[in-house]
Amino acid sequence: MKEIMVKMDNVTYEYTNNEEERIAAVKNINLEIYKGEFVVILGHNGSGKSTLAKLMNALLLPFKGKVYVNGIDTTDMNKIWDIRQTAGMVFQNPDNQIVATIVEEDVAFGPENQGIEPKEIRKRVDEALAAVEMLEYKEYAPHLLSGGQKQRIAIAGVLAMKPECIILDEPTAMLDPSGRKEVMNTIKRLNEKERKTIIHITHYMDEAVLADRIIIMEAGQIIMEGAPKEIFSQVEKLKKMGLDVPQVTELAYKLRKEGIDIPNDILTVEELVSVL
Amino acid sequence: MIKDITIGQYYPGNTVIHKLDPRIKIIITFLFIIALFFIDKFLPYLFVLGFIIMVISMSKIPVKYILKGLKPLLPIIIITFLLNLFMTRGQVVFEIGPLDVTIEGLNKASFMAFRLIFLIVGTSLLTLTTSPISLTDGIEKLLNPFKKIGVPAHELAMMMTIALRFIPTLLEEAEKIMKAQMARGADFESGNVLNRAKSLVPLLVPLFISAFRRADELAMAMEARCYRGGENRTRMKQLILNTRDFIAMSIMLILFVIILLYRYL
Repeated sequence: MKEIMVKMDNVTYEYTNNEEERIAAVKNINLEIYKGEFVVILGHNGSGKSTLAKLMNALLLPFKGKVYVNGIDTTDMNKIWDIRQTAGMVFQNPDNQIVATIVEEDVAFGPENQGIEPKEIRKRVDEALAAVEMLEYKEYAPHLLSGGQKQRIAIAGVLAMKPECIILDEPTAMLDPSGRKEVMNTIKRLNEKERKTIIHITHYMDEAVLADRIIIMEAGQIIMEGAPKEIFSQVEKLKKMGLDVPQVTELAYKLRKEGIDIPNDILTVEELVSVL
Repeated sequence: MIKDITIGQYYPGNTVIHKLDPRIKIIITFLFIIALFFIDKFLPYLFVLGFIIMVISMSKIPVKYILKGLKPLLPIIIITFLLNLFMTRGQVVFEIGPLDVTIEGLNKASFMAFRLIFLIVGTSLLTLTTSPISLTDGIEKLLNPFKKIGVPAHELAMMMTIALRFIPTLLEEAEKIMKAQMARGADFESGNVLNRAKSLVPLLVPLFISAFRRADELAMAMEARCYRGGENRTRMKQLILNTRDFIAMSIMLILFVIILLYRYL
């Protein structure tokens, strides 16, 4: 039986806007994320993706319903640090989440907050930096690194806290294509090699292809859910929602419309090449 | 260009002076400053000079680099010198217009100038040989005993670290905003002081807004990484006192005693 990492039980989160109106950012969400799973959350700006992520590590508390992380209720104030240790979070802007002036000091920030022995911190910092392949940069000043490298440092900072689950809130949105690739390779490796549960929020369809499961959100609700192949085979439905499909899927879709006989669940260049 | 500004004018190196425990270096600097104010004769200055020369040669910092640091403070040194020179009463040596130069004045003026120069060189040696991070660490550790009387040692150190961390980021951002405004015809260079100050408003407003937004995001990121103040917090790098720290401290104490002896014997 699959173990549950994050469970959302009929969760609603509302906020008050400038005109004093209450707006639901997230409405009646039911969701289960399993241990070791790689989940991608897609959606437009303002669809509630980030709110969903922040609900998962108690940065926001639900208005209605319950969120459980590893079986712990996020509204339990005594367990809040356990939750944040279990579900680490990486944010969009790498500059605004690096605290220290030296890479290794920044990676040590999380474990230092947890009150871990200095020797153990040293070990964890080196392991975490090795896991994101940034060990040779450990004495650099963060502002001298590229965006992709900074984001990997941020991931290492979360890894050093030994979380079971890593939530990434659009970590690639501010990066150039090569930086995005670096970060995605790192995330994929952490999921496969270290068995970390990954919850990845993004705009990019080619990143979603790597997932085990895709969740599409709109107006605070989950409107589609499934494996990448199931989701991206419904090209027309996605287009109607204003969402894109990966380039290769798009090409395959157009070819099929022209009468060429190929399956409708092509996601990668290799698949398309072998079919043709 | 603007990014290359060195903060706290740290001069990287790997010498004994660089490796000294920051706490010891801060205490030594304090003792040094206090000692300077006990000196009332010229002779003890020789010891101070010897001490400074020893530290500089051990730290391998070029003398030119240190003199460069004196430059911005030169006006203060000169004003102090001149004031003491003309304002001290005593035996007149010669006159310049209405002003008298006395032997006592000459004595006092050069005395004060030496004190100021030693003061500046001594303190800049601290910042030149200690990286900002270890300096913050040292300050935090030294202030720790005062926590009981309400000195927020950890918070002060954290603020300094974050400030140091964000200086390059904000400088970069200021440059970006400046270029964006210049591309739209803003003029930062011509006009008198008042006009130039005015032209900085469209630079500072977006910079401040963005700094607040950054602060907000950073606070959230810190909380997500379990930050909850200084309590029960450990540090990866422990400060450990070595033999060299005790030797350095002893040398400073000997200097201090010599100065006291000259003063009171």
